[in-house]
Amino acid sequence: MNSETHPEDAGGFSLWHDAIHRLLKNKLALLGGLFIFFEIIVCAITPWIAPYGFEDQILELTLARPSVEHWFGTDTLGRDLLTRVLYGGRISMMVGFLASLVSVVVGVVYGAIAGFIGGRTDNVMMRIVDVLYALPFVFLVIILMVYFGRNIFLLFVALGFTQWLTMARIVRGQVISLKEKEFVAAAHSMGISDVSIIFRHLIPNSLGPVIVYLTLTVPSVILEEAFLSFLGLGVQAPMASWGTLISSGVEVMEIAPWTLIAPALILSLTLFSLNFLGDGLRDALDPKGARD
Amino acid sequence: MAPVFLVVVTVVFFMIRFAPGGPFDSEKQVPPQILENLNAKYHLNEPLWKQYWRYLVALSHLDLGPSFKHANRTVNEIIAEAFPVSLELGLLSLAWALIIGITAGGLAALKPNSLLDYVPMSFSIFGICLPTFVIGPLLVLVFGLWLEWFPVAGWTHWQHRLLPSLTLGFAYAAYISRLTRGGLIEISHQDFIRTARAKGLSEPKILVKHALRGGMLPVVSFLGPALAGIISGALVTETIFNIPGLGRFFIQSALNRDYTVVMGTALLYFSLIFVCNFLVDIVYVILDPRVRYE
Repeated sequence: MNSETHPEDAGGFSLWHDAIHRLLKNKLALLGGLFIFFEIIVCAITPWIAPYGFEDQILELTLARPSVEHWFGTDTLGRDLLTRVLYGGRISMMVGFLASLVSVVVGVVYGAIAGFIGGRTDNVMMRIVDVLYALPFVFLVIILMVYFGRNIFLLFVALGFTQWLTMARIVRGQVISLKEKEFVAAAHSMGISDVSIIFRHLIPNSLGPVIVYLTLTVPSVILEEAFLSFLGLGVQAPMASWGTLISSGVEVMEIAPWTLIAPALILSLTLFSLNFLGDGLRDALDPKGARD
Repeated sequence: MAPVFLVVVTVVFFMIRFAPGGPFDSEKQVPPQILENLNAKYHLNEPLWKQYWRYLVALSHLDLGPSFKHANRTVNEIIAEAFPVSLELGLLSLAWALIIGITAGGLAALKPNSLLDYVPMSFSIFGICLPTFVIGPLLVLVFGLWLEWFPVAGWTHWQHRLLPSLTLGFAYAAYISRLTRGGLIEISHQDFIRTARAKGLSEPKILVKHALRGGMLPVVSFLGPALAGIISGALVTETIFNIPGLGRFFIQSALNRDYTVVMGTALLYFSLIFVCNFLVDIVYVILDPRVRYE
């Protein structure tokens, strides 16, 4: 896990070195990774590079076809669609990454505790996960969003809490196999507390699968956010995400299909890229290919 | 299952009641006396625990209460009217998913790493990555508006049912094809398949008679999550295609703060998913003699 290599080390490949090598050979994953990297940068600098203002309306140019001035055309209010897709991407990506982070924190802590304590506690904690698996969380999130106002902070938390279950299972499995290892016994014998064994030794050592699953969580969260926004239950105007853009594109797709196609295309490319990257990372970090 | 159900009822009930805003404080200002009468009629002026108890008692008789927004209609009536539509859509989608998924996966497993494998498997990536609300509108755009092969909204003829059910079923067809392929390839390395081959059975016959039963196990265990996904996917599909199903009703009632309809619909969905997961477990045990739950 620890990737610092000392100059006097005799050759050999560390796990991470090996993994990066394998990842670079996977063209699709690499392409996906580059696209996501590019997209994150573009989203970060959107306010400076966007060709128009987010709310700028050009009333004589409503539903204009894609052209040199407006690459993706304009929407019903004459707003530049490229600009809106860029700003929408900021929201979608932000929700995707922050909500995934919430899910990682919850899942990792829960899984690590269950795996470390073991026995009956583990049993009860994992049964709870099993039961929660069977619940369609979308409905709870919808109810939550409707009744507690559609605020974006709530959205992060609600979506994060729908995604931590698999993470908890993965980490628990890792911790159970790791806690029998010598270095944990050594830590015990040195009198290190359980809490710091969990947080300093067990969790850092199970990060590989966590990173893989995180990469696969981000697209599903982006998807869920777009799903809610599409139904009008997610991000609210004046903010827009890809989901709201697609939804308003659907309304006028008969006369202006580009208003649907542009955001749908970018959303799809992002989801493809993240999925390819996640699959690539999984194959790279776990060549035996233990799916799920 | 019963305690989980009770927890769900309790959580949803109090979540809705503690949220700011009530069912009657929407667009137009209602005079205070009328508001009082309305609240009294629906027992909204009683203490919360009493309302909760009243709901539980009614629920034990499978009575989901009156709708707050649709005067003189009960939630039971609304569900009885809208649920069959959603059920039909869901079953059709599931049928598509199974037919397309198992056929594609079976073909792919017949000759791994051939063209027969690559084409359906690359196609399935689209199903896995593209959300319903992208596929649906695109199908409407191409087949409904440009080619004019199918109507774009409504729910009366069979033509109305094709695009929505394909939209909803496509993603699960993609997953099922991958699971079928994986399951079949894994099982084809087992001894009893080699024996069948040694007996001189043809490849397709081995596939159908021997491999399919064991190879279907991953697909069977996927049916639970698939069902939950189809139910929530129906919310979007019904909205896109303007289908008068329960999913669309759920969204509208949520936006209208129609407490009882939201509660009733959510509870129906929860119980449906519980029951189906249970059935899936039973089918799993029947198919796989190695698993015997005590």
